[in-house]
Amino acid sequence: MNFSEVFKLSSLLCKFSPDGKYLASCVQYRLVVRDVNTLQILQLYTCLDQIQHIEWSADSLFILCAMYKRGLVQVWSLEQPEWHCKIDEGSAGLVASCWSPDGRHILNTTEFHLRITVWSLCTKSVSYIKYPKACLQGITFTRDGRYMALAERRDCKDYVSIFVCSDWQLLRHFDTDTQDLTGIEWAPNGCVLAVWDTCLEYKILLYSLDGRLLSAYSAYEWSLGIKSVAWSPSSQFLAVGSYDGKVRILNHVTWKMITEFGHPATINNPKIVVYKEAEKSPQLGLGCLSFPPPGAGASPLLSSESKYEIASVPVSLQTLKPVTDRANPKIGIGMLAFSPDSYFLATRNGQLCRRGCCLTPYCVLWPQV
Amino acid sequence: MGDWMTVTDRGLSSESKTISQYTSEIKMSPSSLYSQQVLCSSIPLSKNVHSFFSAFCTEDNIEQSISYLDQELTTFGFPSLYEESKGKETKRELNIVAVLNCMNELLVLQRKNLLAQENVETQNLKLGSDMDHLQSCYSKLKEQLETSRREMIGLQERDRQLQCKNRSLHQLLKNEKDEVQKLQNIIASRATQYNHDMKRKEREYNKLKERLHQLVMNKKDKKIAMDILNYVGRADGKRGSWRTGKTEARNEDEMYKILLNDYEYRQKQILMENAELKKVLQQMKKEMISLLSPQKKKPRERVDDSTGTVISDVEEDAGELSRESMWDLSCETVREQLTNSIRKQWRILKSHVEKLDNQVSKVHLEGFNDEDVISRQDHEQETEKLELEIQQCKEMIKTQQQLLQQQLATACDDDTTSLLRDCYLLEEKERLKEEWSLFKEQKKNFERERRSFTEAAIRLGLERKAFEEERASWLKQQFLNMTTFDHQNSENVKLFSAFSGSSDWDNLIVHSRQPQKKPHSVSNGSPVCMSKLTKSLPASPSTSDFCQTRSCVSEHSSINVLNITPEEIKPNQVGGECTNQKWSVASRPGSQEGCYSGCSLTYTNSHVEKDDLP
Repeated sequence: MNFSEVFKLSSLLCKFSPDGKYLASCVQYRLVVRDVNTLQILQLYTCLDQIQHIEWSADSLFILCAMYKRGLVQVWSLEQPEWHCKIDEGSAGLVASCWSPDGRHILNTTEFHLRITVWSLCTKSVSYIKYPKACLQGITFTRDGRYMALAERRDCKDYVSIFVCSDWQLLRHFDTDTQDLTGIEWAPNGCVLAVWDTCLEYKILLYSLDGRLLSAYSAYEWSLGIKSVAWSPSSQFLAVGSYDGKVRILNHVTWKMITEFGHPATINNPKIVVYKEAEKSPQLGLGCLSFPPPGAGASPLLSSESKYEIASVPVSLQTLKPVTDRANPKIGIGMLAFSPDSYFLATRNGQLCRRGCCLTPYCVLWPQV
Repeated sequence: MGDWMTVTDRGLSSESKTISQYTSEIKMSPSSLYSQQVLCSSIPLSKNVHSFFSAFCTEDNIEQSISYLDQELTTFGFPSLYEESKGKETKRELNIVAVLNCMNELLVLQRKNLLAQENVETQNLKLGSDMDHLQSCYSKLKEQLETSRREMIGLQERDRQLQCKNRSLHQLLKNEKDEVQKLQNIIASRATQYNHDMKRKEREYNKLKERLHQLVMNKKDKKIAMDILNYVGRADGKRGSWRTGKTEARNEDEMYKILLNDYEYRQKQILMENAELKKVLQQMKKEMISLLSPQKKKPRERVDDSTGTVISDVEEDAGELSRESMWDLSCETVREQLTNSIRKQWRILKSHVEKLDNQVSKVHLEGFNDEDVISRQDHEQETEKLELEIQQCKEMIKTQQQLLQQQLATACDDDTTSLLRDCYLLEEKERLKEEWSLFKEQKKNFERERRSFTEAAIRLGLERKAFEEERASWLKQQFLNMTTFDHQNSENVKLFSAFSGSSDWDNLIVHSRQPQKKPHSVSNGSPVCMSKLTKSLPASPSTSDFCQTRSCVSEHSSINVLNITPEEIKPNQVGGECTNQKWSVASRPGSQEGCYSGCSLTYTNSHVEKDDLP
């Protein structure tokens, strides 16, 4: 991997455009748009306050900049740099903001998750959605952008509402059998919705598009449960990563577990290939994957290269024993990602130590069934 | 004396009796033996003893018995029973005193022995009883030891079992403790999570309260509005539509369509998979049937029962196959049939394989009993033999190929090829060599002759010159003389004219041929060639010609000289002219020797030939 020169960034706000041509990054209250190939600055926009969140619209024409403190959202256009749009939530406050799949509506979540306001850039209409759930992943759109699923909570019960994105009509509304819903996610084929419970309860429910419960899966009781969930791109598999450090794969026909992957501290199987990243620059230690450091106080990173070496089996992975007497312990499968052909699954087990913005070095690749 | 003898006899016999009694009754218990001995030893039985006592000595053999007793006693160390004899031949008298003494001694001895015997016997008895006692003690102790050992083993076993139990209980305890610990950890983590969540919620609640308070207090509200420069067109370019019941229905329809499409797609996939799997199963079944059916033809007793089933199965399956192919639907019955038939075939195959395994193992162990079964060793030997044969044959083929190649190859090795070639052409070569040598020799001779010819020609030329001068001078003289002597000189003149003519002619010829000769002599050389030519076969006619011309020359006049054609005998010309010259110089027409006198020795052959000429 080769690294380019370092650019200033704040709050890790750096996103590529969906069409892959532009790179948007934020520095304090400025939004910088660069060309991907040359890294030349194409556009520079100035917002009214420090930006907390940026998001590209799906057609790569607009960028949304959210400033939560001020309750403002500013939208910039790439085609017409002089075009501007400002959405002020006022006293309602702003906690989250995102685009709709068509790139013409902005969904703002007001403070305390009181409501979601749907602002339209095409018309003057405004829609409100009440009682959204304050959870990690409460809104999810289908891949084709037709439907939106929203987690709600009324009277201490969890519900899921399915909206048609074209006219924001409520399609289905049903309750879920969860204690405290933490996340929902559509399958890539848009027909199945995965709903999973809080980490205190290992439970994942699968609902059809029309709101019927297809299946429920629970691997074990009592221990801390699901940490992350990922669908395979073909919608055939559902990977569930939990706090016990294991990934369980469910198949789409029976919704039962077909295989389970553990994350042992030492790898002994000679069939497994372990790639270890080795940096060429001597300043940083071996095996450290480093991000461009945030803020002004960070040491400048010279352009360095890193390459991957194949480590010989048995390999013992560096492990940090995290403190387990704190909430949200840094154990378990924090991240899951499928390869586009569904052959590989990348997982990150546990410990994210944020000392100097270094992530733990190993990312284990498992060959899929 | 007689009575006394009998007493002694009685004593002896009683001794012997007791001894015999004692010896015969060893196995009796010591106590009874003891009592018997006592009885026997103390009181000799009167009635029986008499007979014994009288058995030894009777009134007939007194002297013998005395002498015998004397002998016995003397051997035992007692003094002799006889009186000291005065002479050797006189009969010895019995010494009564000695006899009495001996008797007394014997009695004393007897008593001593008896006492000793008693003592020994008592001791023996005592020891025996001791031994018994000890033996019984020993056996008792042994039993005790055995029992105690067994007890100990039993106790050890119990101890071991208890220890095992202890360990397992410990393990269980540990497990339980671990589980308890784990559960406690879980509870703890949940508790912390709960607490954290609760705190968060409380914080949020507090914030909410604050906010509410603020809002309530703060009348001036910030306007919630969107400030946009100009509205953007919709992504798909169409206009927005109103929300009506129709749109709701449409949305529902679309949703159901999407779901149905997905289901249909999945079902298609599953159907395809199903069809493929069915095909695979069918194939497997067919293959299995084909694998198992050839068995039917071999007569095997063991497999009789299975062949029956195979036949029936084959028939059944054939029928099933046809049925299945006809329908080819995913009917319940068809599916069941297929799976059942496959299971059946598989079972048969399995049993067959197991039987084969058993056979193999049996053969391994027992050696081959069945004619059909070839033992592995034999099989291996056969294969080894065959392999060896194959190896040998291959080697043979290789060597043969090599030889063949060698024979046919043209440019493999220079020596061999040349040798090969030579052996074919050897005869010709030899012949050619001979001819060549011949030719070379002839050439040499020819060269020599040519050289000699040239020399001769040169000499001839010189001599001719001289001769010419002489002739000129002689002619002058003759001319001068001719005026004086006419008739004498006419013949000579004729002759000389003939000569002169000839010589003139010769001269003319010579001179005319001189330039020709010279190049010849220069080029070809010498009359030496002649010899060669004479020798060589093709040259022989020329020599004969030459000889003939010479003879002609010698016999006839100069007219024959004309016959000498330059083409025929160019090299001979020299010789011919030479001879002519010589002949003319010699002025002797008839002498043949003169013809040859100037010539070299090389003309010997022609000389020989000359003889043959007429």
